[in-house]
Amino acid sequence: MTELISKYLPLKRSEKYNRRKRALATSIIGALILLALVISGFFIGTDGLVVNFEAANNAPSLQHPFGTDWLGRDMFVRTVKGLTLSFWVGLLAAFISALIALLLSLLLVLNKTLDSLVTGLIDLFLALPHIVTLILISFMLGGGLKGVVIALALTHWPRLARLLRAEIMQIKNTEYITVSRNMGKSWYWIARHHILPHLIPQLIIGFILTFPHAILHEASITFLGFGLSSDKPAIGVILSEAMGYLSSGMWWLALFPGLMLLLMVAVFDSLGRNLRKVFDPFKGQKG
Amino acid sequence: MLKVNNISFRYQSDRWLFHQIDLIINPKEVVGLYGQSGIGKTTFANIISGYLKPDKGSITVDGKVYSQNGRNPVQLIGQHPEKAINPRWKMRQVLEESGEYSDEFLEKLGISKEWMHRYPSQLSGGELQRFCLARAIAPKTKYLVADEMTTMLDAITQAQIWQTVLSLVEKQELGVLVISHELPLLKKICNRILNFEELAGNK
Ligand SMILES: Nc1ncnc2c1ncn2[C@@H]1O[C@H](COP(=O)(O)OP(=O)(O)O)[C@@H](O)[C@H]1O
Ligand SMILES: [Mg+2]
Repeated sequence: MTELISKYLPLKRSEKYNRRKRALATSIIGALILLALVISGFFIGTDGLVVNFEAANNAPSLQHPFGTDWLGRDMFVRTVKGLTLSFWVGLLAAFISALIALLLSLLLVLNKTLDSLVTGLIDLFLALPHIVTLILISFMLGGGLKGVVIALALTHWPRLARLLRAEIMQIKNTEYITVSRNMGKSWYWIARHHILPHLIPQLIIGFILTFPHAILHEASITFLGFGLSSDKPAIGVILSEAMGYLSSGMWWLALFPGLMLLLMVAVFDSLGRNLRKVFDPFKGQKG
Repeated sequence: MLKVNNISFRYQSDRWLFHQIDLIINPKEVVGLYGQSGIGKTTFANIISGYLKPDKGSITVDGKVYSQNGRNPVQLIGQHPEKAINPRWKMRQVLEESGEYSDEFLEKLGISKEWMHRYPSQLSGGELQRFCLARAIAPKTKYLVADEMTTMLDAITQAQIWQTVLSLVEKQELGVLVISHELPLLKKICNRILNFEELAGNK
């Protein structure tokens, strides 16, 4: 009897749906914990960052869970500050990216000539290695916080724009939009009232998925020396400085900041993926 | 006067679906068009209402071709109301897209007030069809094309809706093209009835 019930398809499907919801809840909790850490980065005092040669080069201990560096600065405080900076840089870049993707994809219904330009740009950006365009733009803008944010924003929109264009393409030829045209509504009106609300779930999920990408890329170009300047407490800066001390056996200088960065990236990536699985189950299966 | 000038249309390049159709519909006139399914009636309706472009010929209302700017004086009510309504909108919003409607008018079409807060998926096809009809009728509308509009409705509702349409024909001086495969219905409500096969056949 129970076998019969368990074979009943809708039941199975709802079980799957529940599992997805549980996965989503887990990643939401993870994201909230990270968010708390990032926000606390604002309020942590700079006591731990004072140069203190007596406490220099300490391995991780209860007092300094992530150890201390060659100047005696607490690595935990440095890491949290670094994560906070990466978080805001990533958030800002991902937000601008999503906005660019939205505006450019809407050209599909608003302006045919500009739209073919957009498709060309998307193909161009996706064909070039990400890191190359990123370094090029950041370098041209003279690096620094502004250069990095703009470079990240300008390189992360094509993937989302392509997704949104596909979505618009689908809805553009529906009968209710033809009816709307026939009632005298302009394409601007239709974009705002019919198309935009339809895109919002994809837009939010795309934004969340762009965010970890941006963070990771910021850290990599900063690490390579094309990003944030070395006076900024970014994770990329910490990691590249740590490279010089690895040979002297101070493994904790790179390990913990690196792990925390990966953790943050993984948490937001899984949040985006799980959101997609719950709200857009069909597409979620492919990703 | 709605004038169909010599229109031709084909989906495949090697075969005309219909060739050189002429038709005139006057205000306050109800014209019936019947023919078996698959013969091209829906395509013809879509062309007259500006949903599709004819390969040859043109449609004019009082001598003017609709230019895709502003509201088309020819409005279509199709076979599938569920496709003609944004599934994410509540019914109130669906009506607001077209304009303002008096309670009296909505009542005449048999639209209940409590439906306004529902989504399209929460209404039956017949109920949705009344919204499509309401939406198609605005002060600027001069011609209605009803493509199998009431095929899915029961006899009582069907009679009720056509009665309303016929009263609008008088009041707003509408011209109506009624497309159906049900000859008895056409005989009841139309001033003249055309056979699509003959219409498309006489070159
Ligand atoms: N989008 C389309 N592309 C190609 N052929 C079509 C399309 N729509 C309809 N047809 C074909 O055109 C013919 C006429 O269809 P239709 O206008 O719907 O006829 P009716 O409304 O009289 O049943 C049919 O043979 C149909 O298969
Ligand atoms: Mg048909």
